[in-house]
Amino acid sequence: MSTETTVAELKKPAEALLSKRRKKLISDPLVDDNPITIQVLGICSALAVTTQLQPTLVMAISVIFVIVMANLTISLLRNTIPTRVRIIVQLAVVATLVTLVSEFLKAFAFDMYKELSVFVGLIITNCIVMGRLEAFALGNKPYDSILDGFGSALGYSWIILAVAFFRELLGSGSVFGVPVYDTLAGFISDDFSFATNGLMVSPVGAFIILGLIIWVQRTKTGYVEH
Amino acid sequence: MELFNLGIKSIFIDNMVFAYFLGMCSFLAVSKKVSTALGLGAAVIFVLTVTTPTNWLLNEFVLKEGALAWMGDSFATIDLSFLRFIMFIAIIAAMVQLVEMVVEKFAPALYGALGIFLPLIAVNCAILGGSLFMAQRDYTLAEATVYGFGSGTGFFLAIIALAAIREKLKYSNVPNGLKGLGITMLLTGLMGIAFMSFMGIDL
Repeated sequence: MSTETTVAELKKPAEALLSKRRKKLISDPLVDDNPITIQVLGICSALAVTTQLQPTLVMAISVIFVIVMANLTISLLRNTIPTRVRIIVQLAVVATLVTLVSEFLKAFAFDMYKELSVFVGLIITNCIVMGRLEAFALGNKPYDSILDGFGSALGYSWIILAVAFFRELLGSGSVFGVPVYDTLAGFISDDFSFATNGLMVSPVGAFIILGLIIWVQRTKTGYVEH
Repeated sequence: MELFNLGIKSIFIDNMVFAYFLGMCSFLAVSKKVSTALGLGAAVIFVLTVTTPTNWLLNEFVLKEGALAWMGDSFATIDLSFLRFIMFIAIIAAMVQLVEMVVEKFAPALYGALGIFLPLIAVNCAILGGSLFMAQRDYTLAEATVYGFGSGTGFFLAIIALAAIREKLKYSNVPNGLKGLGITMLLTGLMGIAFMSFMGIDL
């Protein structure tokens, strides 16, 4: 069996490191098959942290790390995991990675760790992670799985960063902690001011902003849900 | 009375869905029909009520700093709380499996109704979130049980309300891009505003 596959691999010219198919693995989840707006996955943790851009960025990086590493691990193990216990194996792998992230944050960014609190732990149950493991990593080679995980995580990241941008701008009047309106006031006139919208800081703002982003995006791509 | 207040608080004020966004995935995916929403909601109440106290015991006697003191003085300084995530999710997955088997054996009718939802619940953020909040807020065993039941009930109410609205919504003319997820997000936002009215209540 093993000799057969090596022969087949020898005959076929090696696929380019970033062939068209592989580029598609990364670019598809960005817009056309976005995990949040099209597949409706991973919304749980997506909204809770998006009141400010900074924690959102940390969250996005953590999720990218967890998805890519989990996809790689499961893909390497894919032929040894019995189907019946695969969920618990996947959960164990993901939980270990999330523990790593959480301990790392605790050691090097304690303020951020406090701010994100339980939501770092909740990456474990982020449906995107489990979804990619089930749908892709269990049946594909490691390198492809890494690309797929990276694409999905990027698709997730840009949506939560977009939500956080609007929520922080309208809710706290700042971007990445820099007060935009106060700075503008220095250039325009002293009595230039902006009333921040408290609704944007509350959970409700997140639902509405995400709803609107989905509306815009689906209108552009022409995707209709039935 | 304290416990009763905590229950009310976890159902309405700290609602899992509207205040913490937990369990959103299944909240959005399984809310197309009231009957299926009922099944999922009931399963979530059940599993939360069982797993939160179980994880409390695990946290209190194994994981917390100094929790292993009952094994002898040399264990008194051990802090295993970094194992919290992996242990909690293992307990949840195992409990869900156990609950599934027990329900299948003793209540086949209920199993038929909940059947497909039970395995899904292992990866529902509301369940893990309940346990993590419980550990973070240092509840007692009784409080943990009430909190688990209350948050489950909060989720139950939210998903049934949303399913009922979505059933009616089928007959309205929604713009193409908003159909499905889009309008559901806006709806959830509006429901969140309604639930915000409970916030002023001081218990």
